[in-house]
Amino acid sequence: MRILFKTNYKQDLNLAKHSGHRFWYGLLILVLLAAPLILDGYYIGEATRVLIFAMAGLGLMVVTGFTGQVSLGHAAFLLIGAYTNAWFLAQGFSSFIALPMAALLSMIGGLLVAIPAARMSGIYLAIATLVFAIIVEDVAGHLSSITGGNRGMMVDVPMLFGYQIWQSWELYLFVLIILVAATLIVLNILRSPLGRAMIAVRDSEVSSQALGVNPMKIKVFAFTVSAAITGLAGAFLAHYMLFLTPQIFGILLSIQLLLMIVLGGLGTVHGVFFGAVLIGVLETGISIAKDALPSSIGGLPGIEPLVFGVILVSVIAFEPTGIYSRWVKIRSYMEFFPIYRRKSFKRQRVYLKTERLK
Amino acid sequence: MNEFLQLLIVGISQGCIYGLMALGFVMIYKATEMVNFAQGDMMMLGSFVAWTLIMDLGMPFWLGVPATLIVMALFGALVDILIVRRVIGQPQFAVIILTLGLGIIFRAAAGMIWGHVPLTIDSPISGFSSFYGIVIGNERLVIIAVTALLITILWTYFRYSKWGVAMKATSQNQLAAYYSGIPVRVIISAVWAVAAAISALAGILLAPITLIEPMNGLLGIKAFAAAVIGGFGSMPGAILGGLIVGIIEPFAAAYIPAVKGSMVYIVMLIVLALRPQGLFAQIHKKKL
Amino acid sequence: MSFLEIKNLSISFGGVKAVDDVSFSIEEGSVYAIIGPNGAGKSTIFNLLSRFYEPLSGQLNFSGNELLELGAKDIARLGIARTFQNLELFEHASVLQNLLVGRHVHNNQSWWRQMLFTRSVVEAELEHRRKVEEVIDFLELAHYRNQMISGLPYGVRKKIELARALCIEPKLLLLDEPSSGLNPEETEEMGFWIEDIRRDLNITVVLIEHDMSLVAEVSDRVLAIVNGRVATEGSHAFVQSHPDVVSAYLGDVK
Ligand SMILES: Nc1ncnc2c1ncn2[C@@H]1O[C@H](COP(=O)(O)OP(=O)(O)OP(=O)(O)O)[C@@H](O)[C@H]1O
Ligand SMILES: [Mg+2]
Repeated sequence: MRILFKTNYKQDLNLAKHSGHRFWYGLLILVLLAAPLILDGYYIGEATRVLIFAMAGLGLMVVTGFTGQVSLGHAAFLLIGAYTNAWFLAQGFSSFIALPMAALLSMIGGLLVAIPAARMSGIYLAIATLVFAIIVEDVAGHLSSITGGNRGMMVDVPMLFGYQIWQSWELYLFVLIILVAATLIVLNILRSPLGRAMIAVRDSEVSSQALGVNPMKIKVFAFTVSAAITGLAGAFLAHYMLFLTPQIFGILLSIQLLLMIVLGGLGTVHGVFFGAVLIGVLETGISIAKDALPSSIGGLPGIEPLVFGVILVSVIAFEPTGIYSRWVKIRSYMEFFPIYRRKSFKRQRVYLKTERLK
Repeated sequence: MNEFLQLLIVGISQGCIYGLMALGFVMIYKATEMVNFAQGDMMMLGSFVAWTLIMDLGMPFWLGVPATLIVMALFGALVDILIVRRVIGQPQFAVIILTLGLGIIFRAAAGMIWGHVPLTIDSPISGFSSFYGIVIGNERLVIIAVTALLITILWTYFRYSKWGVAMKATSQNQLAAYYSGIPVRVIISAVWAVAAAISALAGILLAPITLIEPMNGLLGIKAFAAAVIGGFGSMPGAILGGLIVGIIEPFAAAYIPAVKGSMVYIVMLIVLALRPQGLFAQIHKKKL
Repeated sequence: MSFLEIKNLSISFGGVKAVDDVSFSIEEGSVYAIIGPNGAGKSTIFNLLSRFYEPLSGQLNFSGNELLELGAKDIARLGIARTFQNLELFEHASVLQNLLVGRHVHNNQSWWRQMLFTRSVVEAELEHRRKVEEVIDFLELAHYRNQMISGLPYGVRKKIELARALCIEPKLLLLDEPSSGLNPEETEEMGFWIEDIRRDLNITVVLIEHDMSLVAEVSDRVLAIVNGRVATEGSHAFVQSHPDVVSAYLGDVK
């Protein structure tokens, strides 16, 4: 067990709380940077996808994990980001224009949803976002002059300073750098008044108001930031996919994002990365297993969604706080080994908390 | 005028299906404050079960229908007992995600069991009726009639039968119901059973006018829009919402084809933006 | 004009008048207690002051500000802080984070500065932290500083809610049943803190309370509410012996 001796309050503001943190996160970044030297093209591609999903999940976490607004429509922001990026590249702009435009347009979309959504709660919000995504998908199918409609659209490779990014490891590094930057921004928000206000709104909207927080403003802010980050992820997803059709961005993608952050652990940045890696490993695992299994089982369509569904349901029913908290439990079990109490993480017995007025 | 009437009846019959599914949502929501995103998939499963009983095992249609309802009622109760019950008291999103996950499982499982090639059930009802110069499929008239009948039965049930009254009491105040000796857990499972059976009936009614395939489960989203427009709080609201959604569709397809896929949702979003709690909502406010 | 002045306040829920033509005023620097049987409408008065509910009629004036012209989120900025009867803490955050949210009204950093966590944000955060530590010392909460709310016992949570309200640096503090759920020692402790808050921090306190010994100990004036109406007002001895109050508590309300 590690005991921290606080010398001043400033220590608490640092992102890395002690030298152990600094060492391990530094090492992690180094390993990630060095990955292209070790892994071959296929796995670099898989890793790129994990990073892109982590970025999208980071966006979703801001609004769902930290602000408590369930969004079932984040695939819409991926779609907006992906098509915007592809369109600007197709017009001959560089990624310096295309990427910010992807974030910006997605952000505007987010703002459009957020303003009415901030007044909704619970199920209504979930349904409204779900429906928003359906409409966006539908519109993308109809705007064939821009998106190519249901026939689809080719995506040009990213272009920086007149240099075209063809190699898979180059794309990987590009995504990695942007992801680290986005993560730092989210971490900064979390250690600032804004981040605390988000958590306050999530845990008790009334008392946040009594403390002077404007929940509408906070929700709109969270939604906008979230949409921007997810839009950026969408832009990179376009490069990963190389070819876009509106159907890619259906409701299943939104649910998959949600599954990811729930699996990883809602309300923590760690959760995003745990979730993304887990989903990535799972998908790769399933596709490998499919080849290994006899085709009568492996060839069945729908085995992937089935596995995802079963995991989703089991996690919510049995481990609702996600993998990250399981990890925290295991870690504290080891740290406090002889004196660990089962009770310290016992789920409190909860009764139906009604939101209705009795 | 004729065209208008024609579209209206098509819309109403379609709306009955949505209304029945929305009824299932609302029943479960009222009893447990849980939203069952898998309701549409239960409908889909219902039509597959009917297909197996009638087409595969060769049961006569009139026996196959009640058998399907019983199978699906048991299934609904099991879903509650084995899975959904575990998340009572968890935050709302946990329930949303749970039932979304169930929906995915149901769809995937249906695809594996029954395949993705659309199936049909031979229905004893066929042919067309014509009146006032319009021609309408008899199945559609049957849908309307059956729905009307079902609503009457349900209304009587909730009003007069012991179980119906207990269900109503449970949905109004669980704790109070518990104290007055109502077996709340059993009642909640029963609500799931009834909701599943109603959805299955919707699935059977739908079978003659569309093909049976796993993706039909996604129709649940439209029923959802219906429940939202209806305010999520009342059963008449659910049916009314279903009818509104059902009627919007054929008219949008006929007059504004560009938005035919999204019109229902646009209407729903407008309703939500104007009345964030739905059109016919009750007060939802927490006491401090 | 008084520090806090409430005039002809009324509200009804579904046709039932929960607060019915209530008027009273509170002097700066006093401790004012509101008593009354369950369901009398006491918490509703607080919720009206917090602007969670819209009154049917009435006026709410706090040191020259018309509260009815403001929204729920603006009340804290005037220097009014409150606690809740059923505790409204941020469950999945640490004690420190909860208290820092209490500093929200004193934050003046723009959103983009916060995103970049610039030097000025760091300075401001350190200042907030110092203020929060003062409150932590005052209420002796140092032991719990980094714990999650969800694992803490009820008595500690009550203290944390009080602490969070104090972090606003309010001029007026509304406490909804500060002693409910506390054991006798904790209740006595709560009494001392209320006195300290008034004397050392110069904060006017309004408390809703069922524990009459606590009321007698700390309050200057007492208001009795019965069935949404003012039954009587005055010193605690006078109010407690008033026939309407006695009969209301004994249960034979007209
Ligand atoms: N939001 C609301 N909607 C409907 N009725 C309400 C609402 N808030 C309070 N009431 C009703 O108003 C009346 C007064 O409630 P209030 O909470 O103010 O009582 P109280 O005096 O604080 O009682 P207690 O001592 O039990 O806390 C009660 O009958 C209550 O049911
Ligand atoms: Mg009260």
